[in-house]
Amino acid sequence: MFGKIAQWWGGWALTQVAVIAAVIALFWLLGHNTAETMARIGITPGFDFLGRPANFEIGEAPIAFKAGDPYALAILAGLLNTLKAAALGCVLATILGVALGVASLSGNLLLAGLVRWYVEIVRNTPLLLQLFFWISLAKSFPSPRQALSAFDSFFLTNRGVFVPGLGFHNVSAPTLWLLGGLAIAYLAFLVWARRHGGLPARRLGLATVVLLGGAVLAFPLTGAGATWEIPVLAGFNIRGGYNLTPEFAALLTGLVVKFSAAIAEIVRAGIQSVDRGQWEASRALGLHNGQIMRLVVLPQALRVITPLTTSSYLDLTKDSSLAVAIGYPDLVSIINTTANTTGQSLEALTLLIAIYLAINLSVSAAMNLYNRRVALRGTARI
Amino acid sequence: MTIAEALDVRTWRSSATLRTLKIGLFSTPLNSAITVATVALLAWIIPPLLRWGILDATWTGTSADCAAAPGACWAFVGAKFRFILFAFYPPALQWRPLLVMFILLALLVITAQPRFWRKRLLLAWLVVIAASWMLMSGTLTPPAVPSNQWGGLAVTLFVWSVCFGLATPLAILLALARRSRMGGLRTLAIVFIELMRGTPMVAILYVAMLILPMAIPNGQLIDKNVRAMIMITLFWSAYVAEVVRAGLQAIPPGQSEAATALGLGYWRTMQLVVLPQALRLVIPGMVNLAIGFLLATSLLAVIGIFDLLNAARSSATDPQWLGYYDEAYMFAALIYFVLCFGGSRYSLWLEKYLRRSERR
Repeated sequence: MFGKIAQWWGGWALTQVAVIAAVIALFWLLGHNTAETMARIGITPGFDFLGRPANFEIGEAPIAFKAGDPYALAILAGLLNTLKAAALGCVLATILGVALGVASLSGNLLLAGLVRWYVEIVRNTPLLLQLFFWISLAKSFPSPRQALSAFDSFFLTNRGVFVPGLGFHNVSAPTLWLLGGLAIAYLAFLVWARRHGGLPARRLGLATVVLLGGAVLAFPLTGAGATWEIPVLAGFNIRGGYNLTPEFAALLTGLVVKFSAAIAEIVRAGIQSVDRGQWEASRALGLHNGQIMRLVVLPQALRVITPLTTSSYLDLTKDSSLAVAIGYPDLVSIINTTANTTGQSLEALTLLIAIYLAINLSVSAAMNLYNRRVALRGTARI
Repeated sequence: MTIAEALDVRTWRSSATLRTLKIGLFSTPLNSAITVATVALLAWIIPPLLRWGILDATWTGTSADCAAAPGACWAFVGAKFRFILFAFYPPALQWRPLLVMFILLALLVITAQPRFWRKRLLLAWLVVIAASWMLMSGTLTPPAVPSNQWGGLAVTLFVWSVCFGLATPLAILLALARRSRMGGLRTLAIVFIELMRGTPMVAILYVAMLILPMAIPNGQLIDKNVRAMIMITLFWSAYVAEVVRAGLQAIPPGQSEAATALGLGYWRTMQLVVLPQALRLVIPGMVNLAIGFLLATSLLAVIGIFDLLNAARSSATDPQWLGYYDEAYMFAALIYFVLCFGGSRYSLWLEKYLRRSERR
């Protein structure tokens, strides 16, 4: 036990103690100063402010929030806003990025050149500049009455972007229970199938169809309804569908555009990293192009792609903090307001950094788990 | 491709080019369909953009001329050129940031050429960083200009090179600590690096804005610009440290074992044997990092420092030239693009060059 600690600690004991002591002394000095300054301007350190009422409004919040609710609730709303932008951004950037990456490998010179220029322009200009551009574009759209529309279902207005979406009515507790039960049964089936010798694509597809069918049936069974809502112009405004505020639409567009370029490059590099011989050998075995891609190339390319995409997702989550510059009430923006209104900037920023660290560590832990599976399966076969 | 291949006349014959084009655009029905769809997309996007940006644009004149024309107002960029370059730096003293920009770019061009990679170059960077700081602030050549008045492209280049220059030595120490057998120092380095890499840069800038004035004795007296530069240096050093660590890991342990067997101590081993090889390996990675950092300096706009991006944006709030945001952003984007695209081309060339010189 003691020997292990000594081995971990290593040599140069005095130097190490001196360096660590110096770091502690530095932090003590900084902390002491901070405490003194706070005392001078009359602020008591501590996290009590979280329970105090916050006297500001939040432009858009996924949970009900009004001025006077506690700061903790405001920060939660900001966190949910950040998570919403980051999660949607990751999904959409992946879809667009994979499409662009495949397009750049399509063999069509014109399309590949176009993607190349898209990637270079997006990659070599700052995200913040792109966000400024998108927000000024979003604010310059016409009023709802003269909205620009595409296919009569997407509307671009200065009050935001309107897109079609599912609308739910009369959702009751039994509906949620039924949906939750279905989801758990589906996950249990996946785990069971994996334990008992793999999951063929056909069985997975069948299970997914059963899950979706069950979900569709669950609504009428419990008296709830879901309709596909298409936004329509009604009077001075547009009703129905989902409304993305200009700020959210600009943030999402900026993140998706910026990171789709990064992911397109990753996908291209990943697929190109697979040796040509693999294609030739598979073709000699009589596989056709789709099979080669799915069975031979992608499993190997994923080993290159997964770790790089993970760090892209983490960067995207961190970069969603630029929302503060365009007025979207994300975590950073709310924390900044909190720090300014309460004066508790040390506590507020500590909270901010802790939350981002927690998000980062959990995402990278989850992706590492997935990555280990992809990597292990590959090495086991070789 | 060797030079002989590149100069081979056959590859440049028009028939060969035409055949490549034919295969690349119309080899299969699907490929032809993709070509047609892409051309249609381009035909939809390019003409309006061309009309706005060039045909209907106003190149000279006042904002009244611009208001009359439907296209872009490039006269605005001409009128605001000085502001975008220097922001609020006193006009009579603007030769100073101009000189700083010139020296920094000149040294950058010199540094880019492998034949100048000597120890003396590191010394030159130290001297230039110190000199440009004195020149910008005017400590040696009064009147002094407080750093709150620095701005524009000058401050972007200045912050970028100074912070990257100061972060690199710190990063080498951090990388060595993270690789060392001393548990205490290793833990410190890991905690610092992961903490910095897990935090968004905006949060770090807010720390510089809100915490540093309270934490440093007389912190209120330090300019916002300098506080931001301190935190950015610390923040970037974590990223550089990870790149340097990758280089250290690529050096076989036999190298340092052999150096130890020759009787060299830890520092001599690192300085003479391990670091020269490791740093050479990570130069392309460092160039890519530097490009990312140049783009990241635009975040200074969030805390109200007038860097290139913020200067461009606020130039469109001038009552005389109100609302020419698109032109301002396009101009700033062009500057960023030229610098970063050039950097990434250089990085590709350098990778090829280093691989070739290794093989020799």
